[in-house]
Amino acid sequence: MSGATEQLPRLLSLVPYLLTRPGAKLSDVAKTFGVSEEQLSRDLELIYMCGLPGYFPGDLIEVDITASGRITVSNADTIARPLRLSRDEALPLIVGLRMLADLPGLQEREAVDSALAKLEDAAEEAAVASSAVAVEVDPPNRSPDTLAAVDRALRERRRLHLTYYVPARDEATERDVDPMRVSVVAGRSYLEGWCRSAEAVRLFRLDRITAVEVLDVPADVPPEAQPRDLDAGLFQPGPDDLAVVLEVGPAGRWVPEYYPCESVEELPGGGALIRLRTPDTRWVRRLALRLGSAGRVVSPPDLLDAVSADAAAALAAYEQLGLLTR
Amino acid sequence: MSARKTERLLNLVICLLATRRYLSAEQIRRMVAGYEDLGDDAFKRKFERDKEDLRDLGIPLETGSDSSFDDEPGYRIRRDDYSLPDVTFEPAELAVLGVAARTWQHASLGGAASEALLKLRAAGVDIDDAVPVAIETRVATSEPAFDALRQAATDRRAVNFDYRTPGATRHVEPWGLVSWHGRWYLVGHDLDRGETRVFRVSRVVGQVEAVGRRGSVQVPEGVDVRKIVLQMVEDPVRISAKVLVREGSAYGMRRRASSITPHGDGWDLLELPIAHAERLADEAIGFGPDVVIVEPAEARAAVVARLRALAGAPAEAAAGGGT
Repeated sequence: MSGATEQLPRLLSLVPYLLTRPGAKLSDVAKTFGVSEEQLSRDLELIYMCGLPGYFPGDLIEVDITASGRITVSNADTIARPLRLSRDEALPLIVGLRMLADLPGLQEREAVDSALAKLEDAAEEAAVASSAVAVEVDPPNRSPDTLAAVDRALRERRRLHLTYYVPARDEATERDVDPMRVSVVAGRSYLEGWCRSAEAVRLFRLDRITAVEVLDVPADVPPEAQPRDLDAGLFQPGPDDLAVVLEVGPAGRWVPEYYPCESVEELPGGGALIRLRTPDTRWVRRLALRLGSAGRVVSPPDLLDAVSADAAAALAAYEQLGLLTR
Repeated sequence: MSARKTERLLNLVICLLATRRYLSAEQIRRMVAGYEDLGDDAFKRKFERDKEDLRDLGIPLETGSDSSFDDEPGYRIRRDDYSLPDVTFEPAELAVLGVAARTWQHASLGGAASEALLKLRAAGVDIDDAVPVAIETRVATSEPAFDALRQAATDRRAVNFDYRTPGATRHVEPWGLVSWHGRWYLVGHDLDRGETRVFRVSRVVGQVEAVGRRGSVQVPEGVDVRKIVLQMVEDPVRISAKVLVREGSAYGMRRRASSITPHGDGWDLLELPIAHAERLADEAIGFGPDVVIVEPAEARAAVVARLRALAGAPAEAAAGGGT
């Protein structure tokens, strides 16, 4: 049953695909359709058995495979066109294109708009249903100039000079970056590029780029520079990262929804024990301060001490400035 | 077994596409290979299931009759309804279509997106001609309730689900799903409260039950689900705060300040437009000794209380204390 409902749609796409490409190579077609060559051969044998009622030789679909593995299909007029896009098929493409169309200053803007118009036409009602799903990308209109500059540098293959704010360290840093691509992940846009100070591939969140200049220097991305595997998650813990354990109460239960955590263990009473790994504990200290009594650092102990010291120093500052109530 | 079924279904599709007239079940039984050697009941059951399978695959199986004298319904598939309309994409358009499809690569819609690309390629469009694009996008749909809610929202059916805690059942007419900062939100009409509500999809517990007919939910004219979510997540600025920050620190706050004036002793005074006192307290306390709130006083008091708890006795600043 599930075999048939998987195989039939493939056959209904396979026949028109082969009709428009006489002599297509078996191995290429198998790759395109994501099946083994054996499965493709079985598909073709099945197609060869089908046709118009009567099922005389002239009624059946003709499939010809040469010794060198080249396929030609004919006599399949009824199913010469692929089946129209279902709602579920049209939706991801349309929502994905609409998301690209929202990125200001993108060079592919024209292609996105025209592809979207054609697809919406082809998908008809399926396109209407797609409006029930939308993806917001930050920054929508906050840094169009940044994206435009990054886009220009990518197109002209030129180096960028960035002023980049690093919140974990509360620092504005200056660096030269050879741009590789723009990546949009979890609703935020990033410049991915070869950072010449770090001599490594780095991601720069566009809304944290406070100033950008396209330099008159050609970009020089070393051949070993590989863009991130976006599906593995943006924050991949390194081998030298420090393990941190946090305990939060119900009021701090939001933490794992906003910070990359390794594991979350529910505690009686609605709290949780959170484990994470990080190369830089400064943001954990900020988080611990923010949580106040809604959470605490369990380990490492010196991180807990550092948080108390931060709190004491902050209290001293309030006192010094005469702003301490009571 | 399964290959035989595929064969029968393919023959059925071809037959129903080839006919202009409606064919009765009996005619189909005689014409289409795979129904022979079946008793009446066995045929009926098999044919019913086959029709359902075709419809599930999105094949527009039409029911009707050619004359008013036929009391038995007939079946056919209109080619215009079946076929993907003629469409040709330019190489640059193909490139962005590829980006759009890969967006969902590891999300629940990833399979459907690649099926869609296959259909477009089957129409003669070759993705290999695509020009390289220097942009990659990803959207995750890891929330367990996402698919059921998306289905209901696109079907325009109402839903029942438990929110935050089992047993706390909500009855909602879903209007749409919006992803913001990588998290999915459901916007809809809460039937119990009689109001527009926004739900975090990750907080939906257990199964989502769709109720009512397809198309029974009407989205009121002028509703913009994206705007509703943005209004909820991005509070409008209400108050102006005064904050002292050490020279050379708190860049994030300085960027949003409406004015910055030197205050002496290594401090700068920032005027900061903010939405909520609590949110300012959350942000300011993170900077430790580098940021001091002058006003609003309630934000300052909130920070000082938290700092006292943390500085005083770290071991006793127990989780869940809720002071």
